[in-house]
Amino acid sequence: MSPSIEPTQELNAPEPEHCPGPESDLAGKEDACQGCPNQEICSSNTVKGPDPDLPLINARLSQIDHKILVLSGKGGVGKSTFTSMLSWALAADDSLEVGAMDLDICGPSLPRMLGAEGEGVHQSNSGWSPVYVADNLGLMSIGFMLPDPDSAIIWRGAKKNGLIKQFLKDVNWGEHLDYLVVDTPPGTSDEHLAVTTYMKEVGVDGALIVTTPQEVALLDVRKEIDFCRKAGIKILGLVENMSGFVCPNCKGQSQIFKPTTGGGEQLCKDLNLKFLGSVPLDPRIGACCDHGRCFFDEYPDSPATTAILDVVDALRDQVELDMTKLTLE
Amino acid sequence: MEAPPKSLNHVKHIVLILSGKGGVGKSSVTTQTALTLHAQGYSVGVLDIDLTGPSLPRMFGVEERQVHQSTNGWIPVQVCPKLYLMSLGFLISNRNNSVVWRGPKKTAMIKQFLQDVCWGSESEPLDYLLIDTPPGTSDEHIAIAEELRWANPDGAIIVTTPQQVSTADVRKEINFCNKVNFEVLGIVENMSGFICPYCAECTNIFSSGGGKQLSESLALPYLGNIPIDPSFVELIELQDNNTKGKSLVELYDKCSLKPIMNEIIGKILQKNLPSRI
Repeated sequence: MSPSIEPTQELNAPEPEHCPGPESDLAGKEDACQGCPNQEICSSNTVKGPDPDLPLINARLSQIDHKILVLSGKGGVGKSTFTSMLSWALAADDSLEVGAMDLDICGPSLPRMLGAEGEGVHQSNSGWSPVYVADNLGLMSIGFMLPDPDSAIIWRGAKKNGLIKQFLKDVNWGEHLDYLVVDTPPGTSDEHLAVTTYMKEVGVDGALIVTTPQEVALLDVRKEIDFCRKAGIKILGLVENMSGFVCPNCKGQSQIFKPTTGGGEQLCKDLNLKFLGSVPLDPRIGACCDHGRCFFDEYPDSPATTAILDVVDALRDQVELDMTKLTLE
Repeated sequence: MEAPPKSLNHVKHIVLILSGKGGVGKSSVTTQTALTLHAQGYSVGVLDIDLTGPSLPRMFGVEERQVHQSTNGWIPVQVCPKLYLMSLGFLISNRNNSVVWRGPKKTAMIKQFLQDVCWGSESEPLDYLLIDTPPGTSDEHIAIAEELRWANPDGAIIVTTPQQVSTADVRKEINFCNKVNFEVLGIVENMSGFICPYCAECTNIFSSGGGKQLSESLALPYLGNIPIDPSFVELIELQDNNTKGKSLVELYDKCSLKPIMNEIIGKILQKNLPSRI
């Protein structure tokens, strides 16, 4: 049985244009609220006030030591690829319990990349159980809840928020989780607002920003960095993916996505962020993702493997060092 | 019977560029489609409804330009004669600022883009309006489908990359097209192989054949594949400082991707779809 999805709020009609959001302080009071069929509900106290689900979310998330968001304004730069790599790299350490959560609702890729396609999520009294792809690596994605892998999820923002809330509130990660890696869709919209709002109280360790070297991608990534700053999310660092390609035939190196404006490294210098490293293109990465295999287990000698593991190490240093600093104070 | 938005009264053809997956090259295919149609003498308008990540102003090298208002509505930015562009990118003061909008606001913006922009005129109708979309199947897509419900668009070009991770998302987008009655004009496989500039060996970085397989399994037309060409990226990226006064249109004329795009667009033009007006 696949778990059912609750509606977010009891509203009479869809939210109008310029809706301030039914949970906001201005709900029912804005210009846009005049004449809205929901005005009465919004301005009454039933919807407003602290969200009754927040304590439940906080209780769930307090069992997780480190929460990392994987973000990028641009699509197709490798957020999911990197999330899967990071999860695998962390889970390679037997002492760690790792969870991966896929918030890309319209295009969930993690089930395939982690080799769990076709699995289902089970519901029990304690919540939804994630799908375990290894003993210490659990995965939650909407991909597990679709009747057919091709079915499109044509949802407006409010409905997506509802699901994200349920993912945070109802997924039972077990007694304790060392790392939760959250994969996000491209852009700066409902999903991003939802996850940052709901996780605000518990706090996230920070965001890992993924980019590709060309300016068209960096343009969107700067917007995402601006979003993080506005939302008060710490940026753990930036990784540049798909930088450079080594021809398997002649070993000649070419820049497929030319960093005409200096790429990720320059961006980090400009905005004073930590540059975690760059990962070269390797056609075998894509093939491994398609088949749900772990790239660095299969090809430990690839330069991309070294690069990925270096980035993961740099990221762990960043996250775990902060912890020790906290305890010293 | 409900009427389509008034701004579309002087538009002959509407083509959407869709893909469930991000970063597969929707914007670059949109740009190339516009340039190819323009080179064949058509007048082309491009509407960018990717609100949180508008790339088209950069693609066309018109980031610094502004949209003007007239009594009839917003005037799109003219890239060159007979080539127009409208994007949220023109309305943001600082290019690094993020647009953090929830669904209803995005829906309102798209509505405005379709209703308040002057596309073509009585005397000079626009031949093609290309609509570039963000990834996914969410607010923006629902909004555009609602706006175009009575507008009788030609259909959608679906862009994918070869790997299965991408075609899986694209299948969802095709499902969406079926639900909202957008005809699928065909599938384009982008980033299909990379030709090494040193030894001319073709490497399939993101595997290959995914687009063709997809079109076969869903019985949809396959329009062709576009290889990765770093010189196109360079052409886009360097147009503001290194082009010796040449416009994008002239530069693209020499690009190796042009004949490939000509063939792809040829397949769409061959359908001879009737004009809307």
